[in-house]
Amino acid sequence: MSQEKPRELRLINPRPKTLIDKPAHFCPGCHHGIIHRLTAEAIDYFNIREKSIGVASVGCSVFLYDFMATDVLEAPHGRACAAATGMKRAQPDKIIYTYQGDGDLAAIGTAEVIHSANRGEPITVVFVNNTNYGMTGGQMAPTTLLGQKTTTTPYGRDFKRDGYPIRMSELLATLEGVAFCARGAVNKPANIKKTRDLIRRAFEAQIKGIGFGFVEVLSACPTDWGLKPLEAIKRVEEELIPYYPLGIYKDKKEADHF
Amino acid sequence: MTKKLIKGNDAVAMAAIEAGCRYYYGYPITPQNDIPEYLAREFPKIGGVFLQAESEVAAINMVLGSAASGKRAMISSSGPGISLMQEGLSYMSGSQVPAVVVNIQRSGPGLGGISPSQGDYFQATRGGGHGDYRTPVLAPASVQEMYDLTFLAFDIADDYRNPVVILADAMLGQMKEPLDTRKPAGRELAPKTWALTGCAGRNPQLLKSLYLGVRELDKHCWELWEKYERIKKNEVRYEEVDTKDADLVVVAFGSAARISKTAVADARKEGLKVGLFRPITLFPYPEKRLEELARTAKAFLVVELNTGQMLDDVKMSVGKGRPIDFYGRPPGAEALPMPIEILDQIREVYP
Repeated sequence: MSQEKPRELRLINPRPKTLIDKPAHFCPGCHHGIIHRLTAEAIDYFNIREKSIGVASVGCSVFLYDFMATDVLEAPHGRACAAATGMKRAQPDKIIYTYQGDGDLAAIGTAEVIHSANRGEPITVVFVNNTNYGMTGGQMAPTTLLGQKTTTTPYGRDFKRDGYPIRMSELLATLEGVAFCARGAVNKPANIKKTRDLIRRAFEAQIKGIGFGFVEVLSACPTDWGLKPLEAIKRVEEELIPYYPLGIYKDKKEADHF
Repeated sequence: MTKKLIKGNDAVAMAAIEAGCRYYYGYPITPQNDIPEYLAREFPKIGGVFLQAESEVAAINMVLGSAASGKRAMISSSGPGISLMQEGLSYMSGSQVPAVVVNIQRSGPGLGGISPSQGDYFQATRGGGHGDYRTPVLAPASVQEMYDLTFLAFDIADDYRNPVVILADAMLGQMKEPLDTRKPAGRELAPKTWALTGCAGRNPQLLKSLYLGVRELDKHCWELWEKYERIKKNEVRYEEVDTKDADLVVVAFGSAARISKTAVADARKEGLKVGLFRPITLFPYPEKRLEELARTAKAFLVVELNTGQMLDDVKMSVGKGRPIDFYGRPPGAEALPMPIEILDQIREVYP
């Protein structure tokens, strides 16, 4: 019997240099790992790792600093865009990106994100929307869908008491300072591919100095949703995407000039 | 050198520029608006960044961002705005990011009023925000000190990697006095190798206050404590007037000390052996010197523009061996004491 020669293996999708090689500690089925990777891939794509500085927020997203091979500042809850503003103003030649969850950005940090966007701060914001407060155990977020049960809406979110789920991408797209604004998801390979492109373009808006780059990514939180990972992915498709449509909401081609 | 007639708030802004500060973030509030207005006018001429934020909450975090970049950054406000910054100050203290925070005190609680007050003493000297931390607090009593102590504040902040508070008030901020604009000698400072400037040529760096690992946070808190002990050892500042033979020592800071100084001089003219002890640093508090004075003085009189806050520190320093009287003037329209009123109090409690 002739022995088969080992084939030469070629890695077709290597780990991005910007993503530190260590086991992710996120819950099974959590999408932070994928979104971290897509962010790292965008930084690699533009070859800007050594001039990028991340701003981590509060919630599961704070652990960005454990996984990204860039300098990272930890900001108080909701304040990442303000801290990023101070950083970009002090170092206009650097690439500043924030990574924030929906409790952080769409509740306590609403003022900071709206005004940073409105000033057209050339920063990049990766906004992870999993429709609840993940780290604190699954409480209602402004993005929680109507009827969704969380630990603080045990009978489901009721618009009469809690208002309606907030659509941040649509809201921010109305602001003049926003250069790029889009929503993606990572529930299936086709969406991951599209979201990879969206995150890249949110960085591109900063690199080209056009203005504020924003990308919202719908994310599964199986543990706090009380679903198995595959069921959670299904929920993204069947419940989240219909209310939070995917797509590009703003795409400015050049910076404004007086 | 000729002196110029300058407003206290402007003196802070001028000193900040001379101290190399090029990043200011703020939000309008009376009685400190001269500082942002001065810097909004002057910074564009010298390449500085002035930005009016959407709130004091955002402004202090913009300071965090610029200061974490290794730049000298400043913020100013008054009571209600300083309250909103306490979250940021706690994070900056925990992450060891230096900055200068100027509080031109108005009166509280709540919206209170806009007259001079010393009601933020506890907030400034006890940490103010959540967690186990302190911020050095400098208390000017003249326009010249508004200027000089701003330089010192930047040096202490950078030296110890900690936010520093300048605790002035509406009177010091709004009044004009002749100012000598000579730059005080600065101190030798280590390069800011901790700054987040991108990881070219080095490993990625992190500035954070979250410590979840086993025994990580208690180690961190004890390291911060050691720093505060070094600050206590090296940075105590105070002024004494006629304390050597004083039977009664008046203890006051800032505006209250200024008014008391006149009262003490008037008391001396009447033959009363009265002296003034004026802490310039409120943290670290000059407790050792007060303890020494308790051996020679027979009694103490604490004068404050509040209902008694620094009084606690005087009690802790002097102990129970000497009587300590308190004359408090909480703020309000036309509520500032006249020297004669403090003199009356001196006569009353004189041993």
